[in-house]
Amino acid sequence: MPGKRVLQMAGLITGVITVQLLTRFTGTGYFLTQLTMSAYYSLVIIGLCLLIGYAGQISLGHAGFFAMGGYISALLTTYNLLPYKDNAIIAVLMKTGILVVRTNLYGSEILYFQPWVACIIAVSMTVLVAYLIGGPILKLKGHYLAMATLGLGIIVYRIVLGSAFFGEADGLSEVPAFTLLPGLKVSGNLSVRISNYYIAWGLVIIAFITLLNLVDSRVGRALRSIHGAEDASSAVGVNTAKYKLNTFVLSAAFASIAGVFLTHYNGGIGPSEASVMKSVRYVAIVAVGGMANLWGALIMGVLLNFLSLRGYFGSFDDAVFGGILIVIMLFAPEGLIRVDIFRYLKRAVSGEKAGEQNDGSS
Amino acid sequence: MDLLKAENLNRSFGGLKAVDNISFSVGECLIKAVIGPNGAGKTTLFNLISGFLRPDSGSIVFADREIAGKSPFQVAEMGMARTFQHIKLFPKMTALENVMTGRHIHSRAGFIPSMLHLPGMSREEKFIRERSLEIMESVGIMDLADIEATDLAYGQQRAVELARALACEPRLLLLDEPAAGLNMRETAEVAGLIKKIRDSGITILIVEHDMSLVMGISDEIIVLSYGEKIAEDVPLAIQKNREVVRVYLGEDDA
Repeated sequence: MPGKRVLQMAGLITGVITVQLLTRFTGTGYFLTQLTMSAYYSLVIIGLCLLIGYAGQISLGHAGFFAMGGYISALLTTYNLLPYKDNAIIAVLMKTGILVVRTNLYGSEILYFQPWVACIIAVSMTVLVAYLIGGPILKLKGHYLAMATLGLGIIVYRIVLGSAFFGEADGLSEVPAFTLLPGLKVSGNLSVRISNYYIAWGLVIIAFITLLNLVDSRVGRALRSIHGAEDASSAVGVNTAKYKLNTFVLSAAFASIAGVFLTHYNGGIGPSEASVMKSVRYVAIVAVGGMANLWGALIMGVLLNFLSLRGYFGSFDDAVFGGILIVIMLFAPEGLIRVDIFRYLKRAVSGEKAGEQNDGSS
Repeated sequence: MDLLKAENLNRSFGGLKAVDNISFSVGECLIKAVIGPNGAGKTTLFNLISGFLRPDSGSIVFADREIAGKSPFQVAEMGMARTFQHIKLFPKMTALENVMTGRHIHSRAGFIPSMLHLPGMSREEKFIRERSLEIMESVGIMDLADIEATDLAYGQQRAVELARALACEPRLLLLDEPAAGLNMRETAEVAGLIKKIRDSGITILIVEHDMSLVMGISDEIIVLSYGEKIAEDVPLAIQKNREVVRVYLGEDDA
């Protein structure tokens, strides 16, 4: 099993490096910006794929979790605490390095939360909200769950759009770079474009591998069993409520982390990131990818987000994703990518006959 | 020694008393059958015992612990497994994966350890797989392991469901009409299998319409009619019970 995983990881890393080299030799380095952003959106999508495709629970509110991560970390890293520096608590936080000082474009000093601290607070708060809300709403099924999560998404959207705190329609800007390690920072600055491409994809690959591990495990079987026959699942001892909630929270955490990173990369975040159309887009991409197909979700996540970010869909952008959702539901509810690509490739390489290999992974 | 003891169980749906003050017990390592005409409350009784329904009143003691009102998964964790009248297999999973899911309560890997594939995961997975295959072999469906469960023939699906329940290694196994939809040969096979399971030390409570099956394998039989228990005895005595015959055949014994 781990051998297979190493192979999968090697394949992904090769692909990522190949794409970067291609852009280098074809002089299309500017593609890396959208590929980096697509990677972060794909992180939301693979998390959502676990929730929808494996646990069988819909969410039309994941843009809300993405926005929570992005907005909270943006607020914590842009709100100037300098006027309160004489406050005892602030002073202690400064001493411990939780609060740091930077000089902005206009030469004035800003006292703000260290991005790592902001990131941890943002993701923890998202997880807490997902946990508190997920408990009651995951008791709902089907359309009712869809509507409840839609409501959650709308609430987050209205809050960020309506509060001066979060910059209303302008959102928050001037978000500083996020230094992960000395010399390695998440930032949209052109000089670090290539390293940011690898940061984003490194994060996605790690997340993706953990999800592949998960669906191939006892937990993965339990999730699929809930999706397939919830009664029978509880009859074999699966605590279905707990598993659904954990998956919901996990996927919210993925969305939140993506929100934090993309906000630092873009240097800001606006209310459109929290909009319902974003949530619909994520669901549409999971559907195109084949619902219970992490590979499909990843590939479609990168491809469609890249096309969208490059502006290929023009002013029809949102309409394209709405249209995709309708067409998929009508004609291919199992998604476009049905085969396990990795298994297919392995079979093609080794020349095995179809049907011989059945290792239960997806 | 009673493994399961129900006392004064009641459950109504609207004005209908589906289970009306029923008390009974199941001794360890016995096959006990629940029979009765359609609508007698057999499945409701099963759902009460396995936690799918909450009794309005009454108590259910399983392995010396009160389980009335507990969730199905908690009851399962205590060592009770069940099958369903209408087969409920996990679709898009192979027969083996279905059975492996039955090992849930006997394995531990949680979210984080599974995601990180911590040491020990592979060993546990291997053990789950081996044990599941053993159980499938004992039910005679080893060769179906890699076929998607819902693609199997009806009788085979019943066998997979049974194997999945056995994978829980229960102390008490509830079988809801295990012979429904099976032909005579398959029914005879199921009868042999149920006896074999009992002989391996698992207590069985069975709801069944097929009289030949029930009379052939049961150690004791409970007869329900309109939610009430009208008889409880060994098979021979049940066959001679005039009340039971009247309920089943509508005979006028005046």
